[in-house]
Amino acid sequence: MASPEKQFLSGNEALAFAALDFGVKFATAYPGTPSTEILENIAEFDEIQAEWAPNEKVALEVAVGASLGGVRALASMKHVGLNVAADPFFTASYIGVKGGLVVVSADDPGMHSSQNEQDNRHYAVAAKVPMLEPADSQEAYEFIGLALAMSEQYDTPVMLRVTTRVSHSKGLVERTATRSLDPSRVGFEKNTAKYVMVPMFARQRHLAVEERLLELRKFSEASPLNRIEWGNRELGIITSGVAYQYAREAFPEASFLKLGLTNPLPDKTIREFAQGVQQVFVVEELDPYLETRIKALQIPVMGKDRLPLCGELSPEIVSQALRGTGSEPRHAQAAAIPGRPPSLCPGCPHSGAFYAIKKLKLTVMGDIGCYTLSVAPPLETMDSCLCMGASIGMAHGLEKAYGAAPEKRTIAVLGDSTFLHSGIAPLMNIAYNKGTSTVLVLDNRTTAMTGFQDHAATGRTLKGEQTPEVDLEALGKALGIASVRVVDPYDLKAFEKCLQEEVKASHSSLIIARRPCLLLRKKDRPPPKQVDADKCVACNLCLQTGCPAISLTAEGKAQIDSVICNGCPICEQICKLDAISELASD
Amino acid sequence: MRTRNVFLAGVGGQGVLLAGEILCLGLVEAGFDVKKSEVHGMAQRGGSVTSHVRYGPKVFSPLIPRGEADILMAFEALEGLRWLDFLKKEGLILVNRQEIKPTTVTSGRMKYPENIYDLIREQHPQTRVVDGLGIARRAGNVRSVNSALVGAVSRELEVPENTWKRVIKGRFPEKLVSVNLQAFELGRAG
Repeated sequence: MASPEKQFLSGNEALAFAALDFGVKFATAYPGTPSTEILENIAEFDEIQAEWAPNEKVALEVAVGASLGGVRALASMKHVGLNVAADPFFTASYIGVKGGLVVVSADDPGMHSSQNEQDNRHYAVAAKVPMLEPADSQEAYEFIGLALAMSEQYDTPVMLRVTTRVSHSKGLVERTATRSLDPSRVGFEKNTAKYVMVPMFARQRHLAVEERLLELRKFSEASPLNRIEWGNRELGIITSGVAYQYAREAFPEASFLKLGLTNPLPDKTIREFAQGVQQVFVVEELDPYLETRIKALQIPVMGKDRLPLCGELSPEIVSQALRGTGSEPRHAQAAAIPGRPPSLCPGCPHSGAFYAIKKLKLTVMGDIGCYTLSVAPPLETMDSCLCMGASIGMAHGLEKAYGAAPEKRTIAVLGDSTFLHSGIAPLMNIAYNKGTSTVLVLDNRTTAMTGFQDHAATGRTLKGEQTPEVDLEALGKALGIASVRVVDPYDLKAFEKCLQEEVKASHSSLIIARRPCLLLRKKDRPPPKQVDADKCVACNLCLQTGCPAISLTAEGKAQIDSVICNGCPICEQICKLDAISELASD
Repeated sequence: MRTRNVFLAGVGGQGVLLAGEILCLGLVEAGFDVKKSEVHGMAQRGGSVTSHVRYGPKVFSPLIPRGEADILMAFEALEGLRWLDFLKKEGLILVNRQEIKPTTVTSGRMKYPENIYDLIREQHPQTRVVDGLGIARRAGNVRSVNSALVGAVSRELEVPENTWKRVIKGRFPEKLVSVNLQAFELGRAG
């Protein structure tokens, strides 16, 4: 039973409190589900300097700098964010730390809000850094303390790998630590051979890294992070992270080797455990990370021959994998239940932009953000989505493949935050290589998809302070883009005209469609719209915006739900019969 | 006592996640080990929203195994139908009398099931339809539907009434407390 002093926290909240309690002085991130709330919560603490970085690479580099300055530092990111930060991550492993340095990687098995479900445990091995995998909020809290201590003891960055079901699940947490900063560590100390990774020094550091791994292997064998829970000896389960919880639920009687430190693995402990049970079942999400290494120890195990490689696990999936039985779907009508996919919000300025794009039948190299939702019917205006910022490079590549004017109909579409994350270099590339692509930045003045975080062009920091804004127009011009234009996507005629002109032109273009996200101004929204049924001729043109507030009546005419309509001017401009107008207030 | 499970399902914007939070805080105050799991991000743009709430002496998995929910709290009828598989055969479904058409229906591509409450009842005799919207209106604010539903489900959970009221007082901004307390009480009275 819970004791009253425990707090009910999500994994991300627990990580934030741990950063405070274990003396982290600097933390940074770029928002990304499921990691976003770590920094949002840390930002509440005056004791920690916290910043949004433009991307994960910058975040990690700043955190490495803070560590070399002697303070405990943390950088958090979603799994694909570590791809962006991989460059500094691999060599930070050589340089090591001064103040403890933790890199939080939040993976998204099941792809609740991601473009892939890569298993970032491979990164820890590839970069030769130790990795901890908490299984719930309490462990998320405790493991930050352990990670920082390990980081300083072994002179290495430490990766803390969580998943969606750790980050976004809540549980009871007892906060145990209060650590004050040791001031003797603060300050940079010149150490050329350790910090300057030219080949001559890096060769020495690689040796140090390999020696460090040997020491860490001994630590892993002795660490209580890797613990055996003996139960029934017929079945032994080796597992880590949230998969441990599912397996405990599915097989409460079994013996468990619960791994908290999963790089390097404790080979001796694994052998001891395997010898103590009749059969071994490795329970892990995504790749056979543990399984491959345990099999390399010549221990026969069951694993991915029974468990799926794709998607999340759950208690029933784990149970069925071994028992071969479980709850089958009992309700047959599933196919007849209309889906409820996410969609652009009523009044989203992106809807107007995509309506015009569809009308002009443009091919769209898309990107990562709310606007990716325009892939769904009826808009269906997203022809690619690769990774953050990829739209611009891909549009240029398409132009290289099949030539430019006059029939070039391809544009790159991305949001303001995504553009600042990794769109600047590819935009420069278009100008430098004489491309003629049109790049459309949907500038809604926020990072909307992850919950309205500020960025370098909003004029506000993570701590809510005023700060200079990036001038996107001046930036486009400075990069050498021939035509830079700003247009309001709510003004459909002007927007369509601008788009048409720039797509036809034989020069590079940057169109900034500027209109703040509607959800940023909850209080002063205009009154909702209504349809005059006498004027409506059931042409259904207004439904082509995909606005969730517009639906069909039994007669096939349009109607607007006044409860969710946000009063934007998009549908009334589309209606050719002036059937849509402001709802009279009563 | 074994682990008990409450599965909440609804539509983004209905206050499903806040209702799940209130349930958890009440259960924590009553001394249970509690876990909750839900998904943020893409799923919140008008999509289907779920929250898994689990409590007992010691809870491991944050996810409710399919077919193991003791109670399914459906904030919207179609979402109740969609997630029926999570409910135990003898489980209780509390379904809010509210139909929110998804874009797949408003666009005319699919049909919202007719007689949806009967459809649910056919499969689960233990179906209780709650007029959450009506209760919320009587309480004085249509946005208090989630407190009405928390009230309705609270009778099934091993938490004293005063504990729920204390949690609601602590969780809402001051000016919304009385409305939500009233919606809770009306929901609880059934």
